[in-house]
Amino acid sequence: MLPELPTETLRIAGRDFKSRLFVGTGKFSSPEAMRAALAASGTEMVTVALKRADLSGSKDAYANILEFLEPERYLLLPNTAGAQNATEAVRIARLALASGLPNWVKLEIHPDPNYLLPDPIETLAAAETLVKEGFVVLPYINADPVLALRLQDVGVAAVMPLGSPIGSHRGLETRAQIEIIIEQARVPVVVDAGLGAPSHAAAAMEMGADAVLVNTAIAIAPDPSAMAVAFAAATIAGRAARENGLGRQRAKAAPTSPLTTFLD
Amino acid sequence: MATFSETFPSLPLESLAAASASTNAARAAAVIRQGRARSLEDFAALISPAATPHLEAMCAASQSLTQRHFGKVMRMFAPLYLSNECVNICKYCGFSRNNPIPRITLPVDEVVREAGMLARRGFRSILLVAGEHPKFVSGNYVVECIERLLPMFPSISLELGPLEASDYGPMVAAGCEGLVVYQETYHAPTYAELHTAGPKKHFLWRMDTAERAYAAGFRRLGIGALLGLHDWRLDAIAVAAHAQHLLRHCWKSQVTVSLPRLRPAAGGFQPRDPISDRELVQVVAALRLFLPHSGIVLSTREPARLRDGMMAVGVTHMSAGSSTEPGGYANFDESTWTPGEQPAEQFHIADERAPEVVADAIRARGYEPVWKDFDRSLVADEPRLAGAPAP
Repeated sequence: MLPELPTETLRIAGRDFKSRLFVGTGKFSSPEAMRAALAASGTEMVTVALKRADLSGSKDAYANILEFLEPERYLLLPNTAGAQNATEAVRIARLALASGLPNWVKLEIHPDPNYLLPDPIETLAAAETLVKEGFVVLPYINADPVLALRLQDVGVAAVMPLGSPIGSHRGLETRAQIEIIIEQARVPVVVDAGLGAPSHAAAAMEMGADAVLVNTAIAIAPDPSAMAVAFAAATIAGRAARENGLGRQRAKAAPTSPLTTFLD
Repeated sequence: MATFSETFPSLPLESLAAASASTNAARAAAVIRQGRARSLEDFAALISPAATPHLEAMCAASQSLTQRHFGKVMRMFAPLYLSNECVNICKYCGFSRNNPIPRITLPVDEVVREAGMLARRGFRSILLVAGEHPKFVSGNYVVECIERLLPMFPSISLELGPLEASDYGPMVAAGCEGLVVYQETYHAPTYAELHTAGPKKHFLWRMDTAERAYAAGFRRLGIGALLGLHDWRLDAIAVAAHAQHLLRHCWKSQVTVSLPRLRPAAGGFQPRDPISDRELVQVVAALRLFLPHSGIVLSTREPARLRDGMMAVGVTHMSAGSSTEPGGYANFDESTWTPGEQPAEQFHIADERAPEVVADAIRARGYEPVWKDFDRSLVADEPRLAGAPAP
């Protein structure tokens, strides 16, 4: 067994998270496999697509994904997948709140249903509205540093730049841009989407991301629970290395001999 | 912007189909090594006889792409036939106006009753189907059906005779998500030979229906060809080209494709250039390698064993327990979902298993049947959901 490897607690909007691995709930082969993988991952925040849930209060047995997510164990982060513009995203966030879900929302607006890349203009507009209404907003964005800053200006609780398109498993293709976002961030940075291997999650943490969100790579693995543990371990490893100065050492390499002794 | 019918004449369909038939082994193997079809030429190579020996590898690549984008899930839907009245003569279709079958257009109350049976079976996504008849299947009738069904079905799609975008507007406004229209065959001379009377004769008008639907605001566009009318390779290539066009020009829509095979129907039309089971699987895998993000629909036209196998090789949407007759569900034994007589059916289905039996088969293969994947609240200001809490 691995020894315990404590890392700093992550705080988002006043709430503490020991685990820096957030997990999505789509694409699993069964609700049971999903529930087991979430438990195995040690995650404390899971995101769920509202379009798959029954929001009418009628306890629809054919749309009961929420019943498999224990609210005392995880913070449920409703997401707005399916929304094509700000109006739709705001509407579904309000409905989620009205149906008893938390006032946290993963804001994702992707009008293109193919690559599911987020619309920056609509996302900013929706974030502004939802923050004003008291929502804790975590927007899914392309790795655009200026957009990340604009969103922080309107009061989002975190930013969630993508590593590569959802489900692509291509890892940190946007690394250079995410590095700028992290450098400039006043809120936690959660790398979301495209993380196809535990090494991608570790790399994101090593470069200074505050958390990662993983869905497809866990959900479609032959053993989702085992893959969830692998991602959890990688996330912890990357974070622990970061806290031990890994990224900072690399960014500010010290030469072996001082360069300025001639001035003494 | 040019519509598909405007670019269609410059599409080298005949030469692509000929190239497909004569693809050599080295070319087929090279495309399969890429793991993707990056052009229509690649797609043509993947559906060639030379690629058939590589079917296992194609299916593995298709499965991987499908799972990464769609997950290990299968989206479920059911067709509900509103009417078999039709003004067209189509030589292969059971609803053809010259076929002596009982003609029915369901009153809206009966539509709601039939839909209720489907909702009790689990369906939350429904496809309303009708023959083409402006008098019996009017816009107001369709809108009324949509409005009455929305409390049960967050996702409603239509498969009707082609209309103008302005006619689709009220259907979208009423809450309808998708529109399905199959070109049947993209081979113009064959199309002309098979569609001898009625508005369906207008080959190019039909071809642009999906684009008019997009202009009206539909979010899901379904296209396809009916295999068994002409050279299946030519029609498969045309469907691939059409989907590619829609992905560029209707970029906010979810495109789904389907390649139904002709089934026995009133009129007794005999399929031409029949496609084997193995070739059907090959063409589905090839579609996935060309269109990684598009939905692929497989209906109950196909037999149970084949459907069960195809769940894992690229299919994303399945119907189950279907009746192809207006009012047909009323003749089902609701306890066992066994169909009774269906004298006015469009065609006879092959997989007669009850929805829950199909769902169990999906689970047994490691997939989750997903019944609800769209919420009315995404598009409606005031969701009219059953039991919705008061604002």
